[in-house]
Amino acid sequence: MRRPHTVRRENLIRVTSGLCAASGLFSLVAVLGVMFVFAWPSILFNGWHFLWGIPWSTGNLYGTALVTHNGVQAPQGAQYGMLVFLAGTLLTSLIALVVAVPVSLSVAVFLTEVAPPRLSGVAGALVELLAGVPSVVFGLWGVEVVAPLLRRGPEHFLVRTLGFIPWFAGPVGTGVGLLSAGLVLAVMIIPIIAAISRDVLARVPRDLKEQGLALGITRWELVRFILLPHAKSGIVAAVVLGLGRAMGETMAVLMVSGSAVNILPRNIYSPVGTMAANIVSLLDSAMSDSTGMAVHALAELSLALFVITLVVNLLVPVVTRGVSLITGTLPGWGGRAVER
Amino acid sequence: MNGKTGTGRRLKNHLMTFLVILAAVACLVPLVDIVGIVVAKGLRAMTWPILTSVSTGVAGGLANAISGTVLLVALALAMAVPLGVLGALFLSEFGSKRMAWVLRQGIDILNGVPTIVIGYFGYVTMVVWLGWGFSLLAGSIALTLVMLPYIVRSAEIAMNRVPQTWREASLALGATHATTSFRIVLRGAVPGIVTGLIIAVGRAMGETAPLIYTAGWSNYMPTGSLTHSPVGYLTYVVWTFIEEPFASAHTLAYGAALFLILMVLAFNIAGRLLIGRRGL
Repeated sequence: MRRPHTVRRENLIRVTSGLCAASGLFSLVAVLGVMFVFAWPSILFNGWHFLWGIPWSTGNLYGTALVTHNGVQAPQGAQYGMLVFLAGTLLTSLIALVVAVPVSLSVAVFLTEVAPPRLSGVAGALVELLAGVPSVVFGLWGVEVVAPLLRRGPEHFLVRTLGFIPWFAGPVGTGVGLLSAGLVLAVMIIPIIAAISRDVLARVPRDLKEQGLALGITRWELVRFILLPHAKSGIVAAVVLGLGRAMGETMAVLMVSGSAVNILPRNIYSPVGTMAANIVSLLDSAMSDSTGMAVHALAELSLALFVITLVVNLLVPVVTRGVSLITGTLPGWGGRAVER
Repeated sequence: MNGKTGTGRRLKNHLMTFLVILAAVACLVPLVDIVGIVVAKGLRAMTWPILTSVSTGVAGGLANAISGTVLLVALALAMAVPLGVLGALFLSEFGSKRMAWVLRQGIDILNGVPTIVIGYFGYVTMVVWLGWGFSLLAGSIALTLVMLPYIVRSAEIAMNRVPQTWREASLALGATHATTSFRIVLRGAVPGIVTGLIIAVGRAMGETAPLIYTAGWSNYMPTGSLTHSPVGYLTYVVWTFIEEPFASAHTLAYGAALFLILMVLAFNIAGRLLIGRRGL
């Protein structure tokens, strides 16, 4: 028989734990709501122009002249457009995907099909270790190793060999820019895509593989015609997750992108500014805008970044039909699936 | 049908196998290079005075940054653990299937929110609106939002792995649903929860973006007050000091990077050993 206070205690626990579980959803709504409200003056002031405008200028912070637009005040000459940063985010992520997807899939195939189990375990652990390296350390590596290395030779080599393609033609810069940011991002997302793809590949039913092998197909044909097609949706989800990570990455990109403002990249060696990185690099100066417009504009930029990554992340449950992949990004969890 | 694999197919197989191995090796190059350069240059910074003195502008030591990182993560952990573990208990034991699904999506999506957006959110709400200024509390609440999804989802997985028969046995003995959840499921899931925590702590220690405009930066040791007092942390040193033209600043940046990598390594290995031993 249940006594009343037991029932009360049970309900209390149910409600408390429910509230805790809802904290994720609640935080999401709060972030979205607060950013929207805080960005509202900028939305009024800049209008649709924010989406495709190139200049990002706080205006004359030292003058006293203010302009008013849609009832919102800003220093004279202030105008905000996010096109440069949107282009920076999309292009760096694109380069990262182009480099990371083939490499990650190769690593995943190596771990599940080529390497002996013992080696596979060690190599898998190393891949997961790479995933745990802090992004500022990747940035440090980018600034100290990747950018100087690119400047010394590979960029000139690319200009000479692929220069006939518009985006690959010179001039080359200081090594800091689109290409180095894309490459550093690629190194950062390879462990994510590789770890999830490995788990997905390892989950392909054994009899499917055995049927293929019984027909006398080679290992490559097994991968190409049986494993990859069967694991397609999981791999796509892994790539989308990697894309979301690349677009939201801040510190490493900030350190190697060159933080360009007001100018679109001319080629893959140009300095760029991404949405995430420039929120950091512009906020210090934005705080000195007495009208607050610069800070509101950065809130609108974060809101835009949030919405873009939200759309990308919402694609994940769609392509995986509801299977959550967050565990794939937890180092150590994926490893279990490899045991054959 | 001669029973042999054709030369072309065999050649292609060897070629692709070679390329796959090449890619796997190429993937290790950055890891070895990163660890190599950070260890080589960071070891020079690992002297006793640097570990025990505070930073002065672009020179000095790391004591303020190390203690700041530890404080920020510890406070974030203190908030994220009860939230995350209770939340996981709801998802695994109390919630209806549909309810749990919806809340789980919220947590998964929160995991995908760029950390700089969380940092800016913290700046707008806590630093500006609530008027806390750059502070320990603002920084650790931002970190909590970053850690929460990892903790909830790893704890939920650990709870799901507690055998159903244990729950049934407990209920058959007359225990209530709540008692079963706390005494059987939660207790059985502890190793998995701890592993998830270790990994979450490793991640939180390496975060920068959520802290820049919530914790701020300070050259002094943390004062211990929750608000109105900025806190220094290790990732800030790596990020800003490497851009300075002084050798002392570079030494500190590499020292901080080495410290971070050692931490991540230690937490990773600890988590891995736990997984291996407990068989989560």
